[in-house]
Amino acid sequence: MGFLDTLLGRTKPVQPKLDALFSLPTAAITLQAAMGFTPTGTGSVCFRPAEGRAFHDIEGEVRELLSMGTDAPQVEVTGDSYGFTWLVCKHSSDDIESLVTDLHAVNASLAEGGFGPQLLCTLVGFTDSAHRKLGIVYLYKRGTFYPFAPQSGERRDNALELEVRGNVGVDLKIETDLSRWFPVWGAPGL
Amino acid sequence: MVRTRYAADRGLQARMGLTMFLLGLVFVAFVIALVFILQAFGIGNGAIIFFAVLLGGGLAFGSLFWSDKIALRASGAQEVSPQEAPQLHGIIDRLCALADMPKPRVAIAQSDMPNAFATGRNSKNAVICVTTGLLRRLDDKELEGVLAHEMSHVAHKDVVVMTIASFLGIIAALLVRFAFYSELFGGGGRGRGGNDANSGIVMLVMLAVGVVVYAVSFLLIRLLSRYRELAADRAGALLTGQPSALASALTKVSGAMSAIPTKDLREAQALNAFYFAPAFKADQVSLSTLFSTHPSLDRRLRQLSEISSQLGR
Repeated sequence: MGFLDTLLGRTKPVQPKLDALFSLPTAAITLQAAMGFTPTGTGSVCFRPAEGRAFHDIEGEVRELLSMGTDAPQVEVTGDSYGFTWLVCKHSSDDIESLVTDLHAVNASLAEGGFGPQLLCTLVGFTDSAHRKLGIVYLYKRGTFYPFAPQSGERRDNALELEVRGNVGVDLKIETDLSRWFPVWGAPGL
Repeated sequence: MVRTRYAADRGLQARMGLTMFLLGLVFVAFVIALVFILQAFGIGNGAIIFFAVLLGGGLAFGSLFWSDKIALRASGAQEVSPQEAPQLHGIIDRLCALADMPKPRVAIAQSDMPNAFATGRNSKNAVICVTTGLLRRLDDKELEGVLAHEMSHVAHKDVVVMTIASFLGIIAALLVRFAFYSELFGGGGRGRGGNDANSGIVMLVMLAVGVVVYAVSFLLIRLLSRYRELAADRAGALLTGQPSALASALTKVSGAMSAIPTKDLREAQALNAFYFAPAFKADQVSLSTLFSTHPSLDRRLRQLSEISSQLGR
């Protein structure tokens, strides 16, 4: 924020950065090779619905868009206890490129409709042979990723998260400020 | 080209800019008047002004630098960890990610008065505090609206802006006081020849100038405070995309406030400038709109419903 913004008490809503999402497939390969984590095939886009007709219409369009075509993914819409909406896409676990393309279609539609500032994050799920759960979270406003490894009872496997950061740091732009690695408990698709 | 639905309120910005310009103008006029008085009488009462500026500057700097500690102490609030208040932290986490802001500290004050405030000299030292009365009365959507309003105060650096704005008023008030006391104790017995009568007049003139500057800057600061509140309402409503939730929270909080015994409200009034909604009875507000730190409930609701229809278009 500039000096004039402070003086006049204005904030410009932050526009999302969308394109960094396409570095996910490379990171998925690295994760599998280095740590044995494979994609679950589930990914989701999380956004804060705005009130009013306009947002409702765009949300409808997005759902319609995803259900078209022959290789249409399974789409599910859930809300969380914070009032955010999660649009969950399910693909086969070896097709992370299509998953990322679909997620990108969702956030691009919202941004084009003028609701880019409502986008919160995207989450892609991974798992390993020991059934440990791992989510790679993409923060739209920062354009950065961070790992989130939930355990039972709202605890996080911080060691695993840091290990993931070390391994995919080359492929993904990892969020450097650890206080922004906020937990997404109960996120659908994990 | 990406469309934007988040139009800025140019009128509000212009009025805020004008208020600040007038405050600056009063400040310059004040300084010129002081220099003029001292020169006209050709005597050195500069020491008093020097001390007033030094003390006023010290007070303003101190209250800014320790604003988080002072406000937390005054309200009896305790900082809480994510384990102690998971839902509250969760809401703030998400708002920070939406607004691309560093996360402020979170505190809860044990008080039945439903309110919230944000303080701290910059966004790294910011604290957002809510009362238990607020948590009890509002649902999650409304609470999110209130927190978004407070986060906007942090983003707009309102603590810094209002402290700098108040600096002028503090100095004017100190000068009045100094002039008054030196008139009481210093004027009589010291006998330094012809200077004595003159310095009495100087003190009186400085007293008059101080009173006028204090009164004018007080009104301007309150006006500025009301504009900053409207700006925070606006930014908060656009951040969540839910202006109606904030409106509903405002109505609830104001309604609950007028049901609280006046005695408790008076105890809370010292912190008013910080609060989400002022601790006054509704009828008190209508009597003193000019002196109020917050815009009227009507004015705030009107702006929120405008934003709501803007978002729906």
